Amino acid sequence: MKTLTVMLAAMALTVACGGSESGPVKPPSEASTTGRTQINGAGATFPYPIYSKWFSEHNKLHPTVEINYQSIGSGGGIRQLTERTVFFGATDQPMSDEMLAKAPGAVLHFPTVLGAVVPIYNIEGLSTQIKFTGPVIADIFLGKIKKWNDPAIVKLNAGMSLPSSDITVAHRSDGSGTTFVFADYLAKVSPEWKQKVGANSSLNWPVGVGGKGNEGVAGLVTQTPGSLGYVELVYALQNKISYGAVQNQSGEFIVPDVASVTAAAAGALPTMPKDFRVSITNSPGKGAYPISSFTWILLYEDPQDKNQAKIMNDFMKWALNEGQAMAGDLGYARLPEQLVPLELEQLNRIKTQ
Amino acid sequence: MKPRSGSDLGFRLGTGAFAALVLAIVVSIGAVLSRESILSIREFGFRFWITDTWDPVAAQFGARPFIWGTIYSSILALVIAAPISLGIATYLSELCPPRLRQPLIFLTELLAAIPSIVYGLWGLFVLVPLVRMLETSMPDNLRQSALFSGPPIGLGMLSAALILAVMVTPFISSLAREVLKAVPRTQREGAYALGATQWEAIRVALAYGRTGIVGAIMLGFGRALGETMAVTMVIGNNPTVSLSLFAPQYTMAAVIANEFTEATDDLHLHALFEIGLVLFVITLVVNALSRMLIWSMNRRTIARAKPKAEPAVLGSAA
Repeated sequence: MKTLTVMLAAMALTVACGGSESGPVKPPSEASTTGRTQINGAGATFPYPIYSKWFSEHNKLHPTVEINYQSIGSGGGIRQLTERTVFFGATDQPMSDEMLAKAPGAVLHFPTVLGAVVPIYNIEGLSTQIKFTGPVIADIFLGKIKKWNDPAIVKLNAGMSLPSSDITVAHRSDGSGTTFVFADYLAKVSPEWKQKVGANSSLNWPVGVGGKGNEGVAGLVTQTPGSLGYVELVYALQNKISYGAVQNQSGEFIVPDVASVTAAAAGALPTMPKDFRVSITNSPGKGAYPISSFTWILLYEDPQDKNQAKIMNDFMKWALNEGQAMAGDLGYARLPEQLVPLELEQLNRIKTQ
Repeated sequence: MKPRSGSDLGFRLGTGAFAALVLAIVVSIGAVLSRESILSIREFGFRFWITDTWDPVAAQFGARPFIWGTIYSSILALVIAAPISLGIATYLSELCPPRLRQPLIFLTELLAAIPSIVYGLWGLFVLVPLVRMLETSMPDNLRQSALFSGPPIGLGMLSAALILAVMVTPFISSLAREVLKAVPRTQREGAYALGATQWEAIRVALAYGRTGIVGAIMLGFGRALGETMAVTMVIGNNPTVSLSLFAPQYTMAAVIANEFTEATDDLHLHALFEIGLVLFVITLVVNALSRMLIWSMNRRTIARAKPKAEPAVLGSAA
């Protein structure tokens, strides 16, 4: 009996200790007595490198502010924002009207930087880049164009000796904003793609093999002669993978770089909706690369924690001005200058008291 | 048995609580998976198990290609891994010179400690090119057969099965070695006394431990069913039902890992949860079947061994 009493006492003690330990820990979002503020966000993986750079640079300027970002994917970011488990969300795909209606408050979209998706291929002995048009890419990914020396490709690349081999199509197997942007563009330029496949972060692919992540697709393409895939521009730049040129709406063949991606956003400015929920693929601008997209930060118009809101607003102003200069080095395209004042105006709508 | 003192009772209740915890976890996993997949269950019902279309844009979801891919890849992996693992186990426990034994045991167990993603990268950059070479060098008339059709890209069922085989081998071989170690010396000595050769004596030991060995193989099967990352990287991720070893296919665990993070549509999310539920059910069924197999083998062994009054219950330990 004695042993049992001792055991129970020990158990009670453990429970008590556990309780007292977890007692004083506050939810991480709350400001503690030392004046430090933590803000939590979650969402897209694509902008993670630039966001983490921004947060760490911003933290150097404002040591009391710590912004945490979990790159769990756009879908997860939107869900966590809707459940109010994070202060801000981030997404590569604007929220639909239906999703906005489900959120407990009005959600605002803020474009932060731009990215692009580029076609990559593996054909030996080519001295210049292959030129593509949107419909040709769509037909290849629909399985209608099967060989590299198909007349439709040869016509665009006069004088180039294209092989007679089969085209092996590689695509992303994981749900991704990259896939969404790529498919969104193809749906705009190919009615058949729009009807048969559509645009989403995961698709029912008519042909091809799926690689996981940019590295999966790039690995597949670099290893497989005669293959064609797509990756983010950032990834292709950093890993020095050669990519093709794509014809834009004004008929120019554009080799993607950060400038031509910014040009795509500038070209979309005249028709920019007030809430910035816009696809800028197939942009009409001059010199615009057609497979470009914004990535967004999502904020509530009337956030629950006004202290955090104030600090987040300061951060956003900084990111939209000074922060833009850091984009290019990491392979992201900066926002067109004319867009920034419009976003600052929307930022003022956020209630900070 | 009547508890004699308070501490006995406390001990019984304490350990009983831990055992109940396992049950509670299993039940709650099943409950959560069912609750989170309710939209998909209502929408598709049993059709979910037998249709082939997986189209997040059109909101049509069927799990058959994933079920097929999971079971087919795991069976192929076992076909490759089981004989190799038994060979390793037999060599290590019966034939290996003592100086080599410890290093070899250490190395096989090291294989089990390598993270899945590392296997995946190794698969993508080493195994897949080798499989592609095999595919391109295969004569055309063989390539026409159902087993070897498909594009020669290296990614596909064969790569997935090979990498799974490498991953389950250390588990099966370690367990089988433990089983062989537990076979009483008298079994082998008896065999030698009857004039058996070394090979025949080992066969006696293997036959004695066969329930345990079957248990080890089934445990490997369970692991192969749930393996995610390495398989995702080499299987090609194409939801088709095909016998071909070279065709890119897809598994249940892989589609969850691939699509879960970016699934924004509710039905899509629920369909992914239902895939999890299907995988859970299949794993339970496989485990139950292997239990039954071991149980029926035990009964037969006991029935035969009865005159000698020597029950062989080794399998129940594994």
